[in-house]
Amino acid sequence: MTELAIIMMGAVLTNNFVLVKFLGICPFLGVSKKLDSAMGMSLAVIFVMVLATAVTYPIYMGLLVGYGIEYLQTIVFILVIAALVQLVEIAMKKHLPALHKGLGVYLPLITTNCAVLGVCILNIDESYTYIQSLINSFGAGVGFMLAMVMFAGVRQRIENNDFPIAFKGVPSILIAAAIVSLSFMGFAGVIDGIFGL
Amino acid sequence: MNKLSLIRNGIIKENPVLVLLLGTCPTLAVTTSAINGVGMGVSTMAVLVCSNIAISLLKSVIPDKVRIPCYIVVIAGFVTVVSLLLQAFAPAINDALGLFIPLIVVNCIILGRAEMFANKSSVVDSALDGVGMGLGFTFALFLMGSIREVLGSGAWFGFNLTADIIDPMAIFMLAPGAFFTFGCLVALINYLSKGRAIKKTEFGCEGCSSASGCPAAGKGGCAQ
Repeated sequence: MTELAIIMMGAVLTNNFVLVKFLGICPFLGVSKKLDSAMGMSLAVIFVMVLATAVTYPIYMGLLVGYGIEYLQTIVFILVIAALVQLVEIAMKKHLPALHKGLGVYLPLITTNCAVLGVCILNIDESYTYIQSLINSFGAGVGFMLAMVMFAGVRQRIENNDFPIAFKGVPSILIAAAIVSLSFMGFAGVIDGIFGL
Repeated sequence: MNKLSLIRNGIIKENPVLVLLLGTCPTLAVTTSAINGVGMGVSTMAVLVCSNIAISLLKSVIPDKVRIPCYIVVIAGFVTVVSLLLQAFAPAINDALGLFIPLIVVNCIILGRAEMFANKSSVVDSALDGVGMGLGFTFALFLMGSIREVLGSGAWFGFNLTADIIDPMAIFMLAPGAFFTFGCLVALINYLSKGRAIKKTEFGCEGCSSASGCPAAGKGGCAQ
């Protein structure tokens, strides 16, 4: 149990996917303008990450390792994730229209998001068990949400500020991201402290 | 458009990283040293050139409705080839780049060029476009890597510049330094071109690898 808690906390705080590992930077910078869209996007990412891990892990362990074709990992994973997300979107549209309204618009965007493919590959690389992989994916998604929501708040604050001309727009967003990322470095060592490692 | 301007276009006028703001994840993540930046740039360029050629050759065979999955399969195939080659011949670079080698698959530059250029241009033009864009990407990563390595560890391509007299600013090797360096570089391009180079002030749908399959793209994007 402690081990699972360490994986979860690590994925959310110390190894935050966006601010420490640089995965999923595109949605982080692109969709963080408004708080509600940041929330919607993050919830969809959490959902897809867990789902993708739940499906790709058995495929890797069962099929790819079983037949000795691990080198096909990249191709198989990206195709499985893409097909899965499309299927879920279609099913959601038909059976859960209310949920589709909130999450559905973000689902096709996440198909080729590097954070989703990244978490599936990382789970294999770290040789986690199935449960550990699911927890890690969930934690990574929650970490993504934390970063998105924090950054959406920061961006609302700096929106009307008067920057030097050259820094207007994208550069100012990147500098703000640097400062938010700096704050996350404060979490280094927190896990060791809590669990007395 | 003549052949040379196709290459020059990718390096300067439409530099994928510094002007079009595509492929931000690898740009920020692997540029802790100049050599890593160049390694990532060259790997991506190899995939980009091969996939541009393959997609241009296959453009009349691939049905329009399933083109995106087809492109992804082609790209993922070449990424696997590059990844195996790196494991065999450049294990140090392979270890340094790690997770970001398989993630070349979802690099928006590659899918973007397939969708915007290779599927409607001749094979030679597509190959040259791949070379130009690849060189532009490599150059931008080399620039980022050089700045971060010189400031962050006082070295360049592993060659010690400060002779250990000055303490380097280690923060440039870490995550915040990456965002900061990239922000300053984009601001510099803005300043030098008086704001003309970077037309958009936000990260729009062009920067998103899924834009081609997304219903919200072109209608203001998912942020609206």
